[in-house]
Amino acid sequence: MVADNREFFYRRLHSLLGVIPIGLFMTQHLVVNHFATQGEEEFNQAADFMANLPFVLILESLVIFLPLLFHAIYGLYIAFTAKNNIGTHGYFRNWMFMLQRVSGVVTLVFIAWHVWETRVQAAFGADVDFQMMENILNNPFMLVFYIVGVLSAIFHFSNGLWSFCVGWGIAVSPRSQQIVTYATLIVFVVLSIIGLRAIFAFV
Amino acid sequence: MNEQKTVRFIVTRQDTADSAPYNEEFEIPYRPNMNVISALMEIRRNPVNKKGEKTTPITWDMNCLEEVCGACSMNINGKPRQSCTALVDQLEQPIRLAPMNTFPVTRDLQVDRSRMFDTLKRVKAWVPIDGTYDLGPGPRMPERKRQWAYELSKCMTCGVCLEACPNVNSKSDFIGAQPLSQVRLFNAHPTGAMNRDERLETIMSDGGLEGCGNSQNCVQSCPKGIPLTTSIAALNREATVHSFRRFFGSDHAVD
Repeated sequence: MVADNREFFYRRLHSLLGVIPIGLFMTQHLVVNHFATQGEEEFNQAADFMANLPFVLILESLVIFLPLLFHAIYGLYIAFTAKNNIGTHGYFRNWMFMLQRVSGVVTLVFIAWHVWETRVQAAFGADVDFQMMENILNNPFMLVFYIVGVLSAIFHFSNGLWSFCVGWGIAVSPRSQQIVTYATLIVFVVLSIIGLRAIFAFV
Repeated sequence: MNEQKTVRFIVTRQDTADSAPYNEEFEIPYRPNMNVISALMEIRRNPVNKKGEKTTPITWDMNCLEEVCGACSMNINGKPRQSCTALVDQLEQPIRLAPMNTFPVTRDLQVDRSRMFDTLKRVKAWVPIDGTYDLGPGPRMPERKRQWAYELSKCMTCGVCLEACPNVNSKSDFIGAQPLSQVRLFNAHPTGAMNRDERLETIMSDGGLEGCGNSQNCVQSCPKGIPLTTSIAALNREATVHSFRRFFGSDHAVD
């Protein structure tokens, strides 16, 4: 980035947007998906409700697209300025550092494809419903792609939550950082169960 | 005849600051309680490589030989540390020595660490006491705080934390953990705290605090056991408060 001393603002904004609204949206998205475990009817009802919220375009733009775009582009810049060294420094946090960057890139690829396949197609007139997801996930390659994508998004969010707590100075002492590590681990496990249950409901 | 026990070294060498690095192997007689520096001295005494060819003695920095000056840092078997406390008996052989590449290499294992001294100046890592008249004694520091601050003051600017950090590299202008922890030290000092906001402003500019990606290699690698990541997280908190004060305006800029 150009040396205009915006780094502090950009980095903090990047960290904040990852949790609010992107992280919150992702959690909400996974929870709504979970309706699929209750059957086709329930899922379609929930999806319809979300798709027909008032001001949906404005909501999507402000809560999802714009924050996500900034987070993704600035995130790529962050990811590619790192020189990973887990080979010589195989510590837990260094692994998380590396995985955070890898999962970010994987998640970006996944989300780009996922948005194209669902939201963009919906704009072209396709029906985003149980049937559509069932068709997508019928393909074993896509099933694996979705599992990897969803898990990497959840990992990126959970570990990002930890970085958020440290980056904003919420968790300062080693013990508090340790406790946040365990807390975010629970977040990862719980969201993964919700996400995977929803995926397998379509299979 | 008893076979003489030997120690093998693979040294990454570089003849000038701009020339290409190359590896050279050495095999020297083992002596009990050797450290990497005594081995390098042995090679210097008789600069012959493993193939029996005469070569130039290896260049490296050293000074105190007791891990308080920070001069003799280098990568030993891939990890940055002081060569004076790297005991040959505790190292896997062949022992690989390489310069800390995060810094410009001057020659062989010798690097130019001046970027750290420059950032110390940038962040005003001192307690300003000069004035046009006698300012008198400063406020006293509580003894328990002094003991805590002493741990941070152990930093010897050795550069190991910068070398271990994945975010300190030629693609980024991140200053690394070393000067950040010094900001914490001098902001904690009762007199140093009088310039607290200036130091915070500096580390909130480009290349400062936000360059940290929390890989926490620094705290794992610091030979002095300085709680570097705690310092950084504490500064993150101060920077959060300071940024709100700066944005909304505050009459508590310094205290």
